[in-house]
Amino acid sequence: MGGEGTRMRRRGEAGEARERGEARVGGGDHVRGGEVRGNIGESCGNIGARWNEILCSLFHGERFTSRPLTGEGVMASHTFLSLLVLYLYSFHLARPIHCSVGSNGFDTTSVLKEEFSEELLLKPLPDYKVLAHFHFTSTSPPSSSNGKHHHLFPKSIAQLVKKYKIRELELSFTQGRWNYDRWGASDPLSTANGKPPGVELWALFDIPTKEEIDATWRNLTHSLSGLFCASINFLESPTSYSAPLWGFLPNNGDLRYGALPREAICTENLTPWLKLLPCRDKAGIASLLDRPSIYRGHYHSQRLKLRSDGLNGIVIEQTLSVVLQPIDRTSWSMHQLFKKSLTGKCALAKSSKVFLEIEGSLVSQNENILELVGEADMVTNDQHDHSTIYQYNVERYSEHEALDIRVNWKKLLQVSFLQAPLHASRFLMGSGNERGSIAISLQSARNSTKGLYDNSKNCFTRVVIFQVVPWYVKVYYHTLRIYVDGAIRNTKDVVEKINVTPSEDKVSPGTLEMMLQFPCGMMSAALTLDFDKGFLHIDEYPPDANQGFDIPSALVSFPDFISRRIYPDSISSPLLQSYKGRNIVKSYTEVLLVPLTTPDFSMPYNVITFTCTVLALYFGSMVNVLRRRVSEEERLAKSKDKRRPGLIPLLISKISNKVRGIKEDSANQSQSSQPILGPKVVFKVVLIALIAVLGHYFLNTS
Amino acid sequence: MPELRRYWPIAAAAVVFRLALVLFPGDLNLGSRPEVATPLSSLRRLAEGYWLKQSSLSPYAGSMYHGSPLLLPILGPLIANRTEGRPMYFYCSFLFVIVDFISAILIRATGRKLFISNQQNNKSLKLPGKINLAKENAGDVASLIYLWNPLTIVTCLGSCTTPIDNLMVILTIYGACSGVAPLAAFGYVMATHLSLYPAILIIPVVLLLGHGPDAPPSKLFERNIRPFSWKPIIYFVVWTLIWTCHVFLLCSISLKGVGGLHEMFRKTYGFTLKVEDLSPNIGVLWYFFAEVFEFFRDFFLIVFHVNILFMLLPLAIRLKHRPCFLAFVYIAIVAMLKSYPSVGDSALYLGLLGLFASELADMQFSFFLFFGYIGVTLLSPVMHNLWIWRGTGNSNFYFATGLAYACLQTVLVVESVSSMLKHDRMLKKLVSV
Repeated sequence: MGGEGTRMRRRGEAGEARERGEARVGGGDHVRGGEVRGNIGESCGNIGARWNEILCSLFHGERFTSRPLTGEGVMASHTFLSLLVLYLYSFHLARPIHCSVGSNGFDTTSVLKEEFSEELLLKPLPDYKVLAHFHFTSTSPPSSSNGKHHHLFPKSIAQLVKKYKIRELELSFTQGRWNYDRWGASDPLSTANGKPPGVELWALFDIPTKEEIDATWRNLTHSLSGLFCASINFLESPTSYSAPLWGFLPNNGDLRYGALPREAICTENLTPWLKLLPCRDKAGIASLLDRPSIYRGHYHSQRLKLRSDGLNGIVIEQTLSVVLQPIDRTSWSMHQLFKKSLTGKCALAKSSKVFLEIEGSLVSQNENILELVGEADMVTNDQHDHSTIYQYNVERYSEHEALDIRVNWKKLLQVSFLQAPLHASRFLMGSGNERGSIAISLQSARNSTKGLYDNSKNCFTRVVIFQVVPWYVKVYYHTLRIYVDGAIRNTKDVVEKINVTPSEDKVSPGTLEMMLQFPCGMMSAALTLDFDKGFLHIDEYPPDANQGFDIPSALVSFPDFISRRIYPDSISSPLLQSYKGRNIVKSYTEVLLVPLTTPDFSMPYNVITFTCTVLALYFGSMVNVLRRRVSEEERLAKSKDKRRPGLIPLLISKISNKVRGIKEDSANQSQSSQPILGPKVVFKVVLIALIAVLGHYFLNTS
Repeated sequence: MPELRRYWPIAAAAVVFRLALVLFPGDLNLGSRPEVATPLSSLRRLAEGYWLKQSSLSPYAGSMYHGSPLLLPILGPLIANRTEGRPMYFYCSFLFVIVDFISAILIRATGRKLFISNQQNNKSLKLPGKINLAKENAGDVASLIYLWNPLTIVTCLGSCTTPIDNLMVILTIYGACSGVAPLAAFGYVMATHLSLYPAILIIPVVLLLGHGPDAPPSKLFERNIRPFSWKPIIYFVVWTLIWTCHVFLLCSISLKGVGGLHEMFRKTYGFTLKVEDLSPNIGVLWYFFAEVFEFFRDFFLIVFHVNILFMLLPLAIRLKHRPCFLAFVYIAIVAMLKSYPSVGDSALYLGLLGLFASELADMQFSFFLFFGYIGVTLLSPVMHNLWIWRGTGNSNFYFATGLAYACLQTVLVVESVSSMLKHDRMLKKLVSV
């Protein structure tokens, strides 16, 4: 119930931010719908837009809408001659439409155009799961003849880039954890896809000063929060983002990194993401995204990566990786996985391809482990025979003949894919709510990366650890201890470079960037850091305070190891192109859940009154002691003694009188009891009541 | 001068006992007890500050260290040299044993000064024969109370810098009592630099230097035998300025290039006054500020700090003839109302309480107070354990012990003031008879 509470609260705030964000970006989303429909017409030249629309929809096999039909009706009411002229003219127009939409061969007259391509990569994983990796690329040239308008490129993103001067940005929504052990860790696909659970956002800005970058980051989080319907605006507060210098990505201080490990991902994040695609999920590869099937997966990571520079313009890569479990472990097909069939490409896409990647370890060991049903258009291996790619061109398929790749496992075999040199995991040590330790353990995975090592003394493996810790986990960096193969090592021998930004209470998180050097023959290493748990103000706890607080994943990267796969140039595919980049092998560790002590949330009034009572006790009694004049008191007591007996004799005499049944001062009592309801008292009561009624009346009327 | 028999053996036994606990610590782990080490005084935080400074960052980067930059070069190397097989902060604990011993010696010397002036005053008032005057030296008793007080022992072993703070306060009182202005000024400046609150000791120090040690009210004397002299006070002011300049100079050298003095003030005094750290301690403010509505935070911060200042003047007016006792009362009030109190502060005023053993002989509630202190010191760790470690208790349990402790200290302060005034009244009666 508590969890639901948080989610609702967060959603509420996200909704608020969304409104703000949309207001900033300028309602780009709403404009886009119209743009997509209109853009072919515009690309064919801006004349005869309505006729073009009819022709385009004819080309796409779309249904006629009522609007063009009435347009035709109007035309038909004109003279036959004008109709003929227009008819001939439309024939003239049909050619460019054919060129830009129909075939892959691009019109060479226009040098730079916005492009869109869609790809899907399927990859059988060794534990009989399937990785489906959707990859959509949109590019926008640096200078467009259309001014502020775009044909294919999402306007909201272009505005974002322009307004916030973003050089590079990556936003990922992830549910589940990439299993580096079994699904591979050092191939480009897993290096790019393994993302920390929750939301991760980083951006490089083209802004000179630190203060401006921080301000821009704040605005950016709000805009993205609105665009993607998520609580990214929580990254606005300086306690949740950091500025790493080299641990995450080498930069000049213009990088900002933030992560929200507890953010839940669902369709409300997918829908705005699909909105950025020209065909959304109505046609093409994206139409495979059947919500129940993809959210059933074991891992789900949705990414948006954009790069912008003067040379290439803006490039956005939208990827969605899901790891699905086929119902029948030994045999699956695309239709079974997605419950939908791929009937054709998105008409606006420059290329539309489906790849099937078979890891080398599955092929080379035994040819007969896997059996493919369906004929591929092209089969290639990469340079080092790490994998085989089967390519299917989607445009060959139609509603009558849907593309359905089928894979049968002939033999059940346990293999694992390429591992990272060290397997990293992170855990908490200690009990109680006062302090604890964070430990990162690195286990060597030597058998899988044979040949990379020699056991000579001068061989070192370099490891970079990047970790952001929220301020309420107060890390003592001087307690860093490093164990290599179980024996404690002097930190100076192992740490090559270290950069610590200690956390400041309620101001900034702690950032640790550390480059370590381990001997190659090492089997295991461990790092521990002690920390104290902070105590928060009651307002700072989330509604489900007893669940604990999440520490975002640490990033462990291996700068000496590059994950790249080079395929022959005959395959023109942005996805396989991205494999060629020099990507460093890296892996994210688990998210840690730290329980923090809670105060009693129902106590504020009690605590205030108790504490103030104690203070009043001190103050009052001290004043009393200081102002007492005993000599005066004694004099006063003496003068009282003359008039009246002491308190105790008085009490005794009263009690003895009562026992004896004598009514003392009975006459006085009766006298004093009589005038209780005297006319004076009644008059006063009535007067006060009258004043109260009048006052109430006047207050209410005014 | 009457001396307590076997003073030296008992004092030596206390030192040996401490050394034994340092060498064979068992599994005490006192440094992590919130009652002993506060965010201001914890040696663990000092080690972090030293590490940050070694890696050419400001020691105040982050929110770990809030102590003086002068302690870093003195204690830092002692902490950083970790020897295998030795307990943590081994050398520091040695240092603190010595510091504790010096404090005890200074308390004893202060007691002697008080005793001598007491005897002179009694003679001039012709009191001997009328009342039973103390035969033995109260300084010896106070010094032994300080040495054998379990709270002092715990503080000494608890890896926190409180013993040094206490030494500086005692040094101030001793210097003022014996009329040595430079020493008093040094103690005063250092104590204020280390923990801010001793700044209010300026009133008793000035009175001590001007009038001399405690005496019965001046009205009782036939002629004014103790005129107020300005000369030592001027000396004191000059020396205070000199020492302050020294301290600032050293601090700015130590923090050169990494922050500077402005950051030091923000992170030490600002941290103390704003009560930024809400981790539990023996006081009541942590829970109060964890619970109070953000809107009222500033208001209550002012109220709590002004509460310390409010009582200064009334107390100074009523107790101006007894500046040493006034200093004790101030220290006790500060220990009760300061933002991060620890048992080390109580150890200090309980030790000083021994100096006035003969004057406060007929104090009320002493039995209740004695067992109250024992009860709270036993219950507080239990409640902390139940709340933090076992999760079966609740924060209110621990807060309740804090409240009880504050009440006990209130009673102690008020009762001691009241009985001191009563004692003066009695003297007055005896003289006028």
